[in-house]
Amino acid sequence: MGMAKTISLADGEKGDRIRISKLHIEGVMRRRLLDLGFVPGRIVEVLRKSPLGDPIAFRVSQTCIALRKEESGQIEGELVDS
Amino acid sequence: MIEQHTIALAGNPNTGKSTLFNLLTGLKQHTGNWAGKTVDMKAGYFSHKDRKYEIVDLPGTYSLYSNSADEELARNYIIFEKPEITIVVLDATSLERNMNLALQVLEMTGRVIVVMNLMDEADKRGILINEKILMRRLGVPVIKISSRNRTGVDMLLDTIDRMITGEISTEPVTVVYDEETEKKIILLEEKAENIFQGRLPARWVALRLLDGDQRLIEEIEKRFAGRLEDGFAGRASVSTIGRSV
Ligand SMILES: Nc1nc2c(ncn2[C@@H]2O[C@H](COP(=O)(O)OP(=O)(O)O)[C@@H](O)[C@H]2O)c(=O)[nH]1
Ligand SMILES: [Mg+2]
Repeated sequence: MGMAKTISLADGEKGDRIRISKLHIEGVMRRRLLDLGFVPGRIVEVLRKSPLGDPIAFRVSQTCIALRKEESGQIEGELVDS
Repeated sequence: MIEQHTIALAGNPNTGKSTLFNLLTGLKQHTGNWAGKTVDMKAGYFSHKDRKYEIVDLPGTYSLYSNSADEELARNYIIFEKPEITIVVLDATSLERNMNLALQVLEMTGRVIVVMNLMDEADKRGILINEKILMRRLGVPVIKISSRNRTGVDMLLDTIDRMITGEISTEPVTVVYDEETEKKIILLEEKAENIFQGRLPARWVALRLLDGDQRLIEEIEKRFAGRLEDGFAGRASVSTIGRSV
């Protein structure tokens, strides 16, 4: 088994499953992301990427949530084999 | 005048709050514009066992902390209007997501009934929910219902009634934070308790101050203007206790 690859959520490709490890963001925005379900340990799936890569839609706890790049770029996780 | 008891419905979007609200109130409802906000909130009325209730359908939100107009309205209603019971409506098929809001409400008030709605859908998907364990862990009643099929509603009404009479008392779970945070909470909680003397939940105020919730501080200053205990000009005290830790 190789080392898990760490990427930012903004770099995920459609279909990727990513286990969130860290949010590099503070304050109200951090709070909002946590409340939307972007919690360390949880696996999110990249559902859709618009042509310019912004925004990106993720499946989080059975709900589709779109994030702007300035938000998804601050969230780090590990690619999960599927 | 006959006493009217107040109930608020809180929950994530799409958990069936309005369906339950309509089921309970029938046509006895009106839409109000609350506190100058543009967000609509419906109030309705029903009776049960000779008691009259006013029930408010709060805006559906994933959180009560990120300060959108919807979230502030729901938060302000629970904290400042103090409904006698807050019913948190959860989607039984999506508890991982829904439980966050339930815990946030339990930090604000212990007078809570947790309703697991969409039980018909959960049954269909083979999702089993042990409400007795949940009840023990959360420290408040947990009732399974289906607003669509109208099952469990009698049990809910009975639980509301017994909470009003005091037959059911709750012991809401306390979310415990890491040691450093807890130390700060205890410091702030004591000061908040001195200032608000039970009018606001002190531990919750302490948590919001640690989170740097400026909007809440402004709201408190507005609502308590000149009415805080002697020596505590609200303005100075509320904004400075956060900084003193
Ligand atoms: N299967 C099922 N669907 C429900 C139930 N309660 C509400 N719904 C449906 O869920 C959707 C959202 O309901 P609504 O009351 O508008 O949710 P709100 O956003 O929380 O006010 C609607 O399509 C309802 O018909 C239920 O108990 N079972
Ligand atoms: Mg609704």
